[in-house]
Amino acid sequence: MRASFGRRYSISASHRLHTEALSVEENCVTYGKCNNPNGHGHNYVVEVLVGGEVNPESGMVVDMVALDEAVRTKVIGRFDHTNLNLDPVFQDRVPTTENLCRAVFLLLRNALPAGELEHVRVEETENNFFEYYGEL
Amino acid sequence: MIFLTRRATFSASHYYWNPSWTEEKNHQVFGRCANRNGHGHNYTLEVTVAGDVDPVTGFVVDLKWLREVIEREVLASWDHRNLNLDVPEFVATESAATIPTTENLAIAAWKRLEPAITAVGGAQLSRIRVYETPEIFAEYKGEA
Repeated sequence: MRASFGRRYSISASHRLHTEALSVEENCVTYGKCNNPNGHGHNYVVEVLVGGEVNPESGMVVDMVALDEAVRTKVIGRFDHTNLNLDPVFQDRVPTTENLCRAVFLLLRNALPAGELEHVRVEETENNFFEYYGEL
Repeated sequence: MIFLTRRATFSASHYYWNPSWTEEKNHQVFGRCANRNGHGHNYTLEVTVAGDVDPVTGFVVDLKWLREVIEREVLASWDHRNLNLDVPEFVATESAATIPTTENLAIAAWKRLEPAITAVGGAQLSRIRVYETPEIFAEYKGEA
């Protein structure tokens, strides 16, 4: 029987939305207050959904403690209380939440203790969130 | 097609124990959840149905009817109960058990709700989500 297990984590981080591909004025128009030169921050919520067969002996798709350890090692430890703009993954792209969502998916995809990564959802605030399911 | 979701909450106790394993292995795999005296949660059940909007009523299904189905088929048996002792799906024999994990609760809720929702016609059960805490959930879409 196939089901999915979901888990939500938090990350607090700063970022600035800015690209060298645009002029100062264009950056300001495109990103608005997110272009503030000194940056700003969010409490992000990262939701991870892992799909797979429910193990008939344990009743579980994935062991939560092992999943937490993988997410902590690959994602939380890397991004929590950091400036996202300085992370190597954002050297060639803007740390929008779309790009953060995709980065988290790619970091976790091959690092799970069991099951397959079905989606990553990143909530930047209570009112906006982004989801990535891999390349569909 | 429109997807409509109704939420409901229930409070229940449970513990995780596989009677075919040693005590040591149960504690190793299930950690604190293997405390034989149990513990409890405030669960949130999300029931998503899919269907076309009725041109007369503007409904996919009547939400009041859906609430009553959830109440009758699930909450009446699960709310304020001990899942291991009071809910037939999870009552263990001496050698086997369907452990009341969040995954198995999602599957069990589907099995209870799907016949009642299908019987009425017009909409199909699309997804069950069970939140054990705001940070832990499982979902089931009826896959084999």
